[in-house]
Amino acid sequence: MSHAIEASLLTKNFGSFIAVDSISFAVEEGKVVGFIGANGAGKSTTIKMLCGLTKPTSGEAIVAGFDVAKHPEKVRENIGYMSQKFSLYSDLTVKENIEFYGGVYGLSNIELRDRFSWVMEVADLKGRENLLTRDLPLGWRQRLALGCAVLHRPKIVFLDEPTSGVDPVIRNKFWQLIGQLSGEGATIIVTTHHLEEAEFCENIIMMHLGKIVVNGSPEGIRRQFSNLPLFEIETAQPLNVFNLVELEPWITDAAIYGNNVHVYAEIEAPVSAIEGILKKNGIVDFQITKASPTLEDIFVKETRPKTGVPNV
Amino acid sequence: MKRILRVVRKEFLQLRRDRRMFGMLFVAPVLQLILLGYAATVDVRNIPIVICDLDNTRQSRELISHFTGSDYFVPVAYIYDINEIDHYLKSGKAGMALVVPVHFGRDILAGKTPQLAVIADGSDSNTSGIGLSYASVIALSYARNIVVQRAEKFNLIKNPDDLPQVVAQSRAWYNPDLRSVNFMVPAVLVMVLMVITLTITSLAIVKEKENGTIEQIVVTPLHDLEFILGKMIPFTLIGIVEVLLVLFVSVYVFNVPLRGSVATLLVLSLLFIMVALGLGLFVSSISKTQQQATMTAQFFVMMPMLILSGFIFPIENMPKFFQYITYLVPVRYFMEIVRGVFLKGDGFADLWPQTLALFLIGAGVLSLSVYTFRRSLR
Repeated sequence: MSHAIEASLLTKNFGSFIAVDSISFAVEEGKVVGFIGANGAGKSTTIKMLCGLTKPTSGEAIVAGFDVAKHPEKVRENIGYMSQKFSLYSDLTVKENIEFYGGVYGLSNIELRDRFSWVMEVADLKGRENLLTRDLPLGWRQRLALGCAVLHRPKIVFLDEPTSGVDPVIRNKFWQLIGQLSGEGATIIVTTHHLEEAEFCENIIMMHLGKIVVNGSPEGIRRQFSNLPLFEIETAQPLNVFNLVELEPWITDAAIYGNNVHVYAEIEAPVSAIEGILKKNGIVDFQITKASPTLEDIFVKETRPKTGVPNV
Repeated sequence: MKRILRVVRKEFLQLRRDRRMFGMLFVAPVLQLILLGYAATVDVRNIPIVICDLDNTRQSRELISHFTGSDYFVPVAYIYDINEIDHYLKSGKAGMALVVPVHFGRDILAGKTPQLAVIADGSDSNTSGIGLSYASVIALSYARNIVVQRAEKFNLIKNPDDLPQVVAQSRAWYNPDLRSVNFMVPAVLVMVLMVITLTITSLAIVKEKENGTIEQIVVTPLHDLEFILGKMIPFTLIGIVEVLLVLFVSVYVFNVPLRGSVATLLVLSLLFIMVALGLGLFVSSISKTQQQATMTAQFFVMMPMLILSGFIFPIENMPKFFQYITYLVPVRYFMEIVRGVFLKGDGFADLWPQTLALFLIGAGVLSLSVYTFRRSLR
């Protein structure tokens, strides 16, 4: 299978700040790839470099078979991009926006008519053709923006935080739309900081401080991290347990999930160590099992500052 | 081409929805015309004058009547104490003071040369300068009257016109009445065209930066030049409409003679619009917000250019250094063109140096701004 995107040693500096730190990765054609990371991890900057919106400080990117630096116009014919910020014309109507972008992408009148009704349908905008886009609710706006970005049926679609600020119902609808585009054969690159959305992706690239920390399919990643020292303590007194284990220096992280406490126990023989503390403090009704990490666990683990390294 | 037309269409749609912009395009020019046509007249008339007649003789009263009888001065007070003058000038009740000294009449009768004191409020140097020269003209004509009367009295001449004299027969060609409206109103055309085209292009482009819509444009196959052209075509058309609007008001409301051809004016306006659009593009490539763009356009581009254009301040009076700078100011050439076409009926044959200069500057400005704008996109 050939690659829709190949990035090698891509770097972007803003002054002395390194936004993206020599990252390399490849995306197979037709995949839905999620870039996961906190704000400032470098996701958006990476996408902007791939679209030709920002010049990389160094490194190169091949998108849809073309070098972004050398043939940006070829790249643009093959990509659709939806920015983090709503960037259609808010003082134009739904119809005028679609017509404008259709014209700019060089669609024929027949194609435009066809795509127009497609957008109306997928964005659930029928009957709102003549509303100014500034008067549309956010969820509709986002889907219209996506519709406009893919009017020309691009091979690769970049979506920068498409679901930030929308409610879960709309978010699910949005992902259905992404699924539909993917079904039509498009490669989708989407950034998000909602980890639950990562499950919708075929591949996940986790970024932290400008670097890729994890790259793989959700199952692959879970498998890769299955031996994390993550344990689940089932107890009737989760709060007490939490308060106790949290004090131990070798418990690097702890969290309460209902009647369970999840802990990272970075020590030899963790089960007996945990048992020891709890029993010493008079807690007896508990059960410790080895937990398989969720993507969130892995993300938290990988983006936590390593010992001795200050969290920047 | 089709893509450019899409951008043009979009610009017009957006413009139509922007009420404030619409007002700026069509109300502002008319307002400017009215303000500059009626209020900003540099003709000096009716200077308030305070008169201090210390002599109070037939001669002094006759002299004073020469002053008060002219269009140039309006007496606001008659005083008999020199020290009061200060009060009138300081409070602004009078712009000038005329002091007729004691023994004025006696000295004239005795054939001596009496002195008059004319004091002007120099804080308004334009008015006082002109007022002082009016005063000397009046004093001179009064003196000539005396000479004539004297000559007649002693039968030296039969006819006062026989008295030898040199008279400069002055004519102001192209504007015989020296109406400042004729001078100012065509200049408004220049100003309006510059302000409107420069401001709206820079606003229209920076607005796209501010709203992030330009990012969306940059990732489409639309070429930068197509985008720029799509932006400029509507504003060029608007510029032409502005020219016609100002032309109509100048000729039919202010009765400014339009001696040259409208076609010449339109063609050369088109050239100037190109320059202004280029400057607007430049401003928008160095600004991030609409506020920045407005400020940059006003204080760093338009004001200096207007001041150096000869719009109000004559270029010949500027220090040499600034005179050289004005050669780089496109507005200067267009100002000469517009005044030339309006008042002198100039055609291309007369205006080719200005046209060439405007063209060269325009080509330079446009290519520089297209270059910086394209760089600013990435």
